[in-house]
Parts: sequence; structure tokens; C-alpha cells
Amino acid sequence: MLDIVLKTENIVAGYVKGLPILHNISVSLPRASISVIIGPNGAGKSTLIKAIAGIVPVSSGNIFCGNKCITGMRPDQMGGVGIAYVPQTDNIFRTLTIGQNLDLVLRHAGVEAVERRQVLFEQFPPLSDKRNEKAGALSGGQRQMLAVAMALAVKPEIIMMDEPSAGLSPKAAGEVLQLVRDLADGGASILLVEQNVNQALQFADHCYILAEGQHQIDGKANDLINDPVIGQIYIGGKRMGAA
Amino acid sequence: MIQHLLDGILVGSILSMGAIGLTMVMHMLRFANFSHAELLSIGAYAALVFDGLFSAILPALATSIGPLSLTWALFLSIFIAMGLTGLSAVLIDMLVFKRIRENGHELSMVFASFGMALIVRNLISLGFGLKTRLYTEDIVFAVRLSDDPLILVKPDQVFVLICALFFMAVLHFVLSRTTFGYTLRAVAENPTLAQVTGIRLSTVIVITWIIGGALAAAAGVFYGLNNQINPVIGRDLVLPIFAATIVGGIGSIYGAVLGGFIVGIAANMALVILPSGYSPAVPFLIILAVLLVRPNGLFGEERT
Amino acid sequence: MIGVISYLIFFVTVASILSIAVLGLNLQWGNTGLFNGGVAAFIGAGAYGLVILGGTAQPDHLGGYGLFYPLALLGGMIVAGILAWLVGILTMRLRHDYLAIATFGVAVAFENFMRNSDKISGGAKGIRGFERPFEAFIGDPFYFSIGFFIFAMTMLVLVYIFLEKLIRSPFGRLLRAIREDETAAQSLGKNPGSIRLKAFVAGSMIMGLAGGLYATFYAFISPQDILPTLTFQIWAMLIVGGAGNNKGAIAGAFLIWGVWTLSGWGLSRFAPLEAQLYAGTIQYILIGVIIVGMLLWRPQGLFPEKLVVSQTGDRAQS
Repeated sequence: MLDIVLKTENIVAGYVKGLPILHNISVSLPRASISVIIGPNGAGKSTLIKAIAGIVPVSSGNIFCGNKCITGMRPDQMGGVGIAYVPQTDNIFRTLTIGQNLDLVLRHAGVEAVERRQVLFEQFPPLSDKRNEKAGALSGGQRQMLAVAMALAVKPEIIMMDEPSAGLSPKAAGEVLQLVRDLADGGASILLVEQNVNQALQFADHCYILAEGQHQIDGKANDLINDPVIGQIYIGGKRMGAA
Repeated sequence: MIQHLLDGILVGSILSMGAIGLTMVMHMLRFANFSHAELLSIGAYAALVFDGLFSAILPALATSIGPLSLTWALFLSIFIAMGLTGLSAVLIDMLVFKRIRENGHELSMVFASFGMALIVRNLISLGFGLKTRLYTEDIVFAVRLSDDPLILVKPDQVFVLICALFFMAVLHFVLSRTTFGYTLRAVAENPTLAQVTGIRLSTVIVITWIIGGALAAAAGVFYGLNNQINPVIGRDLVLPIFAATIVGGIGSIYGAVLGGFIVGIAANMALVILPSGYSPAVPFLIILAVLLVRPNGLFGEERT
Repeated sequence: MIGVISYLIFFVTVASILSIAVLGLNLQWGNTGLFNGGVAAFIGAGAYGLVILGGTAQPDHLGGYGLFYPLALLGGMIVAGILAWLVGILTMRLRHDYLAIATFGVAVAFENFMRNSDKISGGAKGIRGFERPFEAFIGDPFYFSIGFFIFAMTMLVLVYIFLEKLIRSPFGRLLRAIREDETAAQSLGKNPGSIRLKAFVAGSMIMGLAGGLYATFYAFISPQDILPTLTFQIWAMLIVGGAGNNKGAIAGAFLIWGVWTLSGWGLSRFAPLEAQLYAGTIQYILIGVIIVGMLLWRPQGLFPEKLVVSQTGDRAQS
């Protein structure tokens, strides 16, 4: 029996009232593993994690964090239940320095803050070197690194990331994904949106495929790699009937 | 010439304080708040009331401080006015702007702010009368700094400038050195991300109104000390303050400070070539110039 | 009896002129979503344009070209249009609050300029003695007022028909499309900036027409007639009527003008003497309360826009 840390039950969500983007989506995230959501453009992948993070309103269904129902919680309350979310773009404060970005997320850590900041700088040496520079001046890979560091600062159990490797060089993307793997191996539970299907399937444990706001298929990442069905969803955008 | 420059710097410091709050609110809540300048009026009149009250209760407080016309009673009243004006700003937001915001009528907020400006300004007229008031009837003589060219400076003006710079320095310290300041800057830059990092937006909005209202109140008292107090302070200052935010770039606090000084100095220097009757139009010319040359202002970022 | 009729004629004439200005604002705000904080300036441009172009020669200042009345009226509209174009070209592509601030600034600067430039506008005392067409011919002021009343009503009907046709035309649909979803309109290959600019200029010219009629009616214009508070009154009319709906805009104009004159009369009649001085103050509070109250409790206005063909569309960002 898997230990499920986060699950959604039949959630319906969308930006505008009466126009749902997600229809009855149920996913669950096992402890200390990586689950990845893939699907064609416009499938509602980002919307799903934004709905969980409290940014997109959920009109029906429930979201559970462990045994606690977190449906309708504000985004700023998510840290309190151990959920961190790293948006795809604009995920750092460009006008603050790197040090200030970290100080900001560590503001409630009290006496521990200095120590935790130091730990993060040791974990991400490039950030340490540029700690007094404006975050807006960082390269794409370093920005992503800072965004992850900010998420880690609050020691979350669950980390949700929206295409952390998008727009990065293959080398930087590989580093970011390796970092995600390390985090999962270290006990974190990670829910990821990915655009790059092959890459995602190679390093994830579990995979959900979304198309047109509906759950199409899911399974162990290893099993899905060679499944012809995936190709069909991407190429034809076909519905797969009952999920 | 130099006299105009000095006057401009002084007016600029007052405009800067008004513009700081306006630029923060405009950026965070995405609307041009035409009632912001009325907060200066609220502050000026609140100080007038408490100045009278303190002087009546404790006549010892009614003595001037050193060479200034400012009394201890008024000095204390400045801080009370700052607090009360901050609270008024929060109250107006709760009663009007917040509710319109939550109904999703973002554009209507500009209309509502005009409506609030009319209400506040005319309620003040009703309560305190249309006639001009002064904090003190005493005439304080200006100090002659030089005879040729003739340069006059009043002690009160020096005090106002020092106070304004002090408030701005405090704000700068908070913004650049404290996590509380980072929080404000974070919300200003990216409200959604700020929420994701655990910042409660509604709290920050309240704090922003308090800071904006307090600085506006101080600006209002200083304006009253230098000129006079009347119910149309807001009407007269709304355009220069907007000009300051546009010069600096909407959303930039440091831009607002610099913009305030630029508008203050430019408006006073313009009097060298223009008849004084035209001075209310000068801020508009500055706005036009900025929109032509650098629409996003000195420190603003392009945004839609 | 004749007094009551004269008063009614006066009331409806002014309400019709104000209605034209509200219709101009409705084209900008109701149909296109453009905020105009300087309605008074565009009304003023039309008024001063007319009086300067069509008035009789004055000793100390510009004007007195004695232009044929319809041409002078058109000239005033063109002056308003040029002013709108200048502001619009600078602000159309920026955030909406820039337009709000810039237009508000225009109104302040315009009023200030007219008050100070004695050579052009007669300064604070304004321009008097505009010779109204047919006034000398008709002779009797009562019949003249009936004639002008019919003229103003006709202009109102013409503007109304023009706008109704306009908003049902492809151009009108485009305006709504831009108001609802600028990005979508842009993706259809339309340039929202230039279309909004056209709507802004057209709306301002209609306000200019209202200004021209206003100046004709009073045969006089001064800075006192174009204070920024005029802008708020016009807005209150549109907000009460319901933005987007031309019939509502006219109804709002009549209603608010009624409230305004009635409150003025009531205050002068029943308020204690010491409050008389504050009659204007109380009226402005009333206007402010109407604006804020409507926005809070009935943002769609008393007569809301009927056809809302807004497909909000799928805003998924995946």
C-alpha cells in the first residue's frame, strides 16, 4: 500500500466561472516519489497544479493533503500544510537580490533563518557567488535554481513544479531534473508538469496523461514509455474514452 | 532662479511623499487612484484639529519650537494625523475599493476613486468651511541667505525638507534592509508569486494603504505649513502627484521620490519663463513630455 | 403657465445637449472601454472653437471670424477631435490608467489655459456676445427658445441614430471585441490601438458638438463652464444610465440633470441661509455618492446594456 501524500478527487476548475478547464481530474501523489503530468498544449496541466496550489478556483471536487482537506485554501496558506509550488515563469522576484529572495521566504524561520540560508547556499554554490546581485540578472538555469531553492527553504513535504526544464539548455535542464530526482530520493514528494515526454518518462516514477482537461491514462512511467497510446494522444489529440 | 530652485526642492519633497503611496497602490491594485490626494487634505485637517486640541489642553505645548512657527502641539499632531489618515485610507478601501475589486470591476475603480475624491473634498468643505486656515497666525520671517540674488528661506521650510528626507530615509531602510520591506517589494513586483511564497495579499494591501496614507498626511501638513490649509488641497495636488508617479514609472517607489523632486523643481523653474497663472498646467506638460520620450518613466518596467 | 413651459423647454434643451456629451462618452467608455477623465476639455474645445470661429469680432482677443454657423460648429468639433487625437496617440498603447491621468490632465490644462490666455480666449471673463443664428430673425426670445429646443433635440436624435448605426456596423463589433478581449482582437490581425484611437477621437468630437451647442445656447463661454466637475456630472449620467446602452445614457442624462436642478432648487428654497453658501458642496457630495453608490450596488446602471455578445473564451494557459 502506497503512502499517498496528496490527492485530488474529481476536481473541476477554471479561471472563469462556468468555463471549467479541468473536468473531474483525480490524481494521487505517493510519498518520496516523482509523479509527472504530461499532455499536449492546452491540456490543462498547469491549471491542475495551479488549482491544487489555490491559484485557480476549484468549483467542485476535493483536494487532500494527507488526511486534511485543502480545497479552497489560499495560496499563501499552502506552505503551512507543507506544499511548495514553483511556477513556470516569473518564479523569482527580479527586483530583489538573490539573498533578499531567500530572506523573504525564510522570514518566519526566526533564528534558524541564517543557518538555513547558509545550507541553501552550500547546496547551490552559483547562487552563493551572486547573492548580492539582482535576481533579474541571473541566467535561465540559475533562475530556476533560485526558484527551487526558494521552494526548499520552507522544507516542504510536497513540491509542485511547472515545467522546470522549459527554456533551459539541455545541460541546465539535465541538472535541474537531476536535482528533482535527488530531492525525491531524499524523501520529498514531487508533482511535475513536463513538456518533454521522453525525458519525463525516463526519470519519473508515475505518470498522468491529460488531454482536453480530462484524465486520459496513467501508470508507471516505465510501462508507459513504449505505449503506442501516448503517441496517439499527442498526434491526434484523440480521446481515450473512460480513463 | 536659485530661489525658484529652492522652492522647487521643497515642493518636490512634499510631492514625493504623496507620490510614494500613490505609486504603490496604483501598482498593487492596478488603478489610478484619483482620491489619493484627498488623503493630504485629511492629514492637514486632522493635524489642525489635534493642534487646537493639544494647545487647549496643555497650553505649554502651544509654544513654538526654536525659530520655527511649528509648535510642539502641531509636531505631535503630525504623527496622530499620519495614523488617522492611514486608517482613513484603509477604511475607504474596505468600504468602497475592496468591494468593487472583489466584484471584478477593475476599471470601475478609477470612477469610484473620482467619486470618493468628490465626497471627501466636499465633506471637508462642509465640516471646516470653504475659507483658508493656517496652523499659526504668527508671521515667521524668512532668513536672508543672500542679497544678490535675493534668496529667502524660512526656518519652517528647512524643517519640512529635513522631515521629508527623514521619512524617505526610514522607508528606504525598511525596503532595502528588512524582510518586511522585501515583502512589500515582492507584492509590488508579482502579487501571485508573492502569495505562493506565503504572503497574505490582503494584509499587505492594508499595510500599503497605511503607509501611503501616513506619508500623504505628513505631506499635507507640510503643505499646509508652507502654504495654507483649504479644502481644495487635494484638487490642486492630484495632478502634480500623478505627474511624479509617471515621471518615476508607476510602481517604482524610488522613481516616485525622484519624480516628486523633478516635478516640484520643474514646476517652480517654469515660473521663470511662464506667468504664474499657468503653473497648474505645468504637471500636465511634464506628463506629456514623459509619455513622448519614455512612457514607462525613469524606473518603470513595461507592462500591460 | 408660460413660465412653466419656458422652464421645461430650458430644462429639456440643456438635458439634450448634455445627453449628446454622454453619448460621446458612451462610445468611448461603454462601447470601447476607454476611460476619459477630461470630458470637460473636449466639451470646452467644441464650445471655444465654435465661439472663436463663428463669433463676431472682439477687440482684445482671437476670433470673431463670423464663420457660417454649421461650419463653426463643425470647426469646434474638429478642435475637440485634434485635442483627443493628440492625447490618444500618446496613451492608447499604454495601460488604461495613463489615459485616465492624461485626459484628466488635459482638462486641468485646458481650463487653466483658457483662464489665463486673455488674447485667445478672453481669459477668466470668457467670450460674450455670440450671435445666435436666427435669433435676430425670430426676434421673440420665447419662440427662439422653442426653435433652439427643436434644433437641440434634432441634433440629439441624429447623434443617437449615428451611434446606433455605428455600433451595429462591423466597426462597432470590433470595438466591443477589443473591449472584451484585446488579445483575441489582435490575433485577428486588427490593430486595437488605432481602432481605439478612432473611437476616442469620434467620441470626443461628439462631446465637442455638445460643447458647441452649449455655447450657442448660452451665447457665452467661460472657464467657469468647463471645470473638471463637469466631467464628473457627465460620468454620473452614464453610470446611472448604464454604460454601453445609448438609450440608457440619454435617460441617465435627463435623470441626473433633473436631480441636479431639483437639488439646487430645493437647497436654495428650503436650506437655511448659512447653508446656501454650501449648496454646491452638497450637490457635489450627492454626485459623488451617486457615482460610488451605483458602482457598489448597481454597476450595470439602471438601464443595462441588453446585448452582451461576449464570448469570454477559453483562457487556459497550459
